[in-house]
Amino acid sequence: MFGFEALDLARFQFAFTVIFHIVFPAFSIGLASYLAVLNGLHLITGREAYMRVFNYWKTIFAVGFGMGVVSGIVMSYQFGTNWAVFSDKTGPVLGPMLGYEVLSAFFLEAGFLGVMLFGRERVGPKLHFLATAMVALGTFFSAFWILSVNSWMQTPAGYTLNEAGQFVPENWLEVIFNPSFPYRLVHMLLASYLTTALVVGAVGAWHVLRDRSNDSARLMLSMSVWMLLFTAPLQILAGDAHGLNTLEHQPAKVAAMEGHYEGHPEGGAPLILFGIPDDEAETVHYAVEIPYLSSLILTHDLTSPLKGLKDFPKEDRPPAEIVFWSFRVMVALGFAMLFLGLWGTWARMRGRLYDSPLLHKAQILMGPAGFVSVVAGWITTEVGRQPFTVYGLLRTAESASPIDTPAVASSLIAFVVVYFAVFGAGTFYMLRLMGKAPECASDDDIEGPLVGLAPTTPVTGHVPAGE
Amino acid sequence: MELDLPFIWAGLIATAVLIYVLLDGFDLGVGILFPLIRGERNRDLAMNTVAPVWDGNETWLILGGGGLFAVFPLAYGVVMSALYAPITAMLLALIFRGVAFEFRWRTRRGKFLWDWAFFGGSIMAAFAQGIALGALVQGIEVADRVYAGGYWDWLTPFSLMTGVALVIGYALLGAGWLILKTEDAVQIMARNIAWLLGPLFLMMMGLVSLITPFLEPVYFERWFNGPTAIFSFIVPFLVLVAAWHLFTGLNDLDDARPFLATASMFILAFIGLGLSFYPYIVPPSITIWDAAGPDISLGFLLVGTAVLLPLILGYTAYAYWVFRGKVKAGEGYH
Ligand code: HDD
Ligand code: HEM
Ligand code: HEM
Repeated sequence: MFGFEALDLARFQFAFTVIFHIVFPAFSIGLASYLAVLNGLHLITGREAYMRVFNYWKTIFAVGFGMGVVSGIVMSYQFGTNWAVFSDKTGPVLGPMLGYEVLSAFFLEAGFLGVMLFGRERVGPKLHFLATAMVALGTFFSAFWILSVNSWMQTPAGYTLNEAGQFVPENWLEVIFNPSFPYRLVHMLLASYLTTALVVGAVGAWHVLRDRSNDSARLMLSMSVWMLLFTAPLQILAGDAHGLNTLEHQPAKVAAMEGHYEGHPEGGAPLILFGIPDDEAETVHYAVEIPYLSSLILTHDLTSPLKGLKDFPKEDRPPAEIVFWSFRVMVALGFAMLFLGLWGTWARMRGRLYDSPLLHKAQILMGPAGFVSVVAGWITTEVGRQPFTVYGLLRTAESASPIDTPAVASSLIAFVVVYFAVFGAGTFYMLRLMGKAPECASDDDIEGPLVGLAPTTPVTGHVPAGE
Repeated sequence: MELDLPFIWAGLIATAVLIYVLLDGFDLGVGILFPLIRGERNRDLAMNTVAPVWDGNETWLILGGGGLFAVFPLAYGVVMSALYAPITAMLLALIFRGVAFEFRWRTRRGKFLWDWAFFGGSIMAAFAQGIALGALVQGIEVADRVYAGGYWDWLTPFSLMTGVALVIGYALLGAGWLILKTEDAVQIMARNIAWLLGPLFLMMMGLVSLITPFLEPVYFERWFNGPTAIFSFIVPFLVLVAAWHLFTGLNDLDDARPFLATASMFILAFIGLGLSFYPYIVPPSITIWDAAGPDISLGFLLVGTAVLLPLILGYTAYAYWVFRGKVKAGEGYH
């Protein structure tokens, strides 16, 4: 009884801290690449607007990155504090990959972050670009390794078990490039780019609405629309491929996502658009269905068999009530992003990209959509993997540390309070930075540097832009 | 026989932890001294001596933890469960001080809050690390590959003492760093406080060293019997030499010597600790070979480490080089 409660709290703590964490990396991965692109374009074209936009986002990046780092350190220690048995058993496989993440990614980011943020005057534009590119490369390596780790837990490969019950790697290539990893990597990277593009577009639109002539804001808006146009459709294709891969390796998860309690041995499964899944009654109430469509999407024909949740023992099923909805949120937002990209492009073709208040308002509304989809996607992936931590092999219930309920409860409360206070303040500061209009070409003529910056500008250092 | 991978890895992880202690030691130390630094400009200055490098410094902590998970997964699980409370406290403290670097520039009204977060986070993190160290030295109960002790086992007079010792040590290291990187008011403050912290740190080191051999019979053997007993003379002697450099360096108004001397004292303390510990990773029952993962895991990561570690050291040194010299007041960083 008590052990069970500690387990629930540990799960809740992991989910809570990792959801907070992933919000920052999703933004950092995309923004680091965006900054590298801006810095490079400035280096090549010499156009000042690129540097102004770079400086604008650099300050915001610094705040978000800091929060990503501190919330990430918590994650890497939490495996040991709350999931000691999991750590002991999977350490030989997952540990070296996390080790590679630290060595190839975290050091690279951290080593060049200082130069990128503070060192432009000291090292000159070329090395400064190099530092920015290294930070971006670091975020990519980080995503590579951590997603390989996570994917191995979803679709384990290339291991054996030893007497102590530990997973022991046999073939590292099979471990790293496990079956779901390529799909997850592509899907998550695209998700980061989309998330960033939506934020940049929202900020650009916000300031264009206030001052049409602000060339920095126009540049952001324009770049964002290009990015959406290309990545949103790619993301939908990637998501579809990812789903097919999941069907192959984790059919119970797909059944939960689709709300299929009944199996369809002869194919012809309907697509349940909406409804209320009920794990007790093993049915979807008030289901709105489109006949045959689910089979068509998942198997690309009408007669292949599809498994339902009832084909799995009850103790091996993920909770469909959560997964069904989180999946729908992600997919709906994915199509909304596609629509936004098309709308922006249509406005651009008519020469009205900076003259469409309705479009700009839609862009602002969609600003946070990337974060919502990322979290919804991860909830789908992780809850859909339950009740296992290593799919089919190690149960969540058997992974936890031998820690008493009060201990886990008090640390959980501490994390919740601190996260809301600290990351709440940080989010507020980021939004305030985004609320400040980016400097534009006309500013240079009228005002000297430093004039007209918000009152929060400190006397020394950390001036966002303008030198 | 082929390479003794667990042994190599124990050395590598110990080195990572030592680098962490030295690097994050001074930047936590600057945080601990923060309330003593008067005036906003001076505080900005002190903060700017560490702002470009703190993230890199803290990465060594992740390498320590991540390395343990990778190479000694059994020890990682056992130690983290045993030290649940101090580790959690440390993580929370690191959040406060980590975000303070950026947050305090983002608000005028709330700036003092983040100054306190920087101080409070730094001192808590140092104290928690010291406690964790003390608790580990005292020994951890293990049964059946999991931690078998209670939730409060980490809390003892000895671990509290090592906690205080580490706070004092980090503060001294921070003072040395400020002497090295600043001038005028901040430097003078740092010198004055180092005169106070130096003797205190020596005293705490002495106390901890006197008690440690009596905690476990293995430690006692190591220090007072057999060939290793000779270190009982060498290590304290070298500590005294380092202390002499510290005080003469302070006296001669030398910029670099106090920092280097304090760092040497830390290195010696670390060597002393290693001498007590070896070959255990979780005293008194788990040796590095018991805890080690399979060779295929250790070997795989070693290859990458051999390539990447020199690179890391290279560009870390480069980053320090870019920001070399005294930090000037009002220097526009962006
Ligand atoms: C390295 C491994 C790893 C990675 C990269 C992630 N997770 Fe995870 N996740 C786990 C390893 C894990 C775990 C250790 O295996 C947990 C803890 C308890 C559990 O059931 O699985 C887990 C549980 C878990 C749960 C709770 C599920 C439940 O208990 O029903 C959620 C909602 C998430 N994770 C969400 C995420 C998000 C948003 C991630 C994006 C960063 C993420 N996970 C990445
Ligand atoms: C649940 C498992 C995870 C753990 C244990 C973890 C661990 C960490 C740690 C320790 C840091 C701080 C590194 C530093 O000091 O720079 C960090 C930051 C980071 N993590 Fe995670 N992480 C997890 C999930 C993820 C996922 C799923 C991604 C991406 C797909 C990711 C991407 C990043 C990135 C890009 C950073 C750099 C800092 C930032 O973006 O703000 N992490 N993570
Ligand atoms: C609209 C089409 C989309 C489809 C069909 C789709 C499909 C999927 C599927 C099937 C999964 C679960 C994979 C598994 O657990 O094995 C998933 C996960 C995920 N999705 Fe999507 N997705 C779409 C859009 C998006 C968008 C727009 C974003 C974010 C901007 C996003 C972000 C994520 C993330 C972060 C995950 C978790 C990581 C992973 O497993 O890849 N998805 N998606």
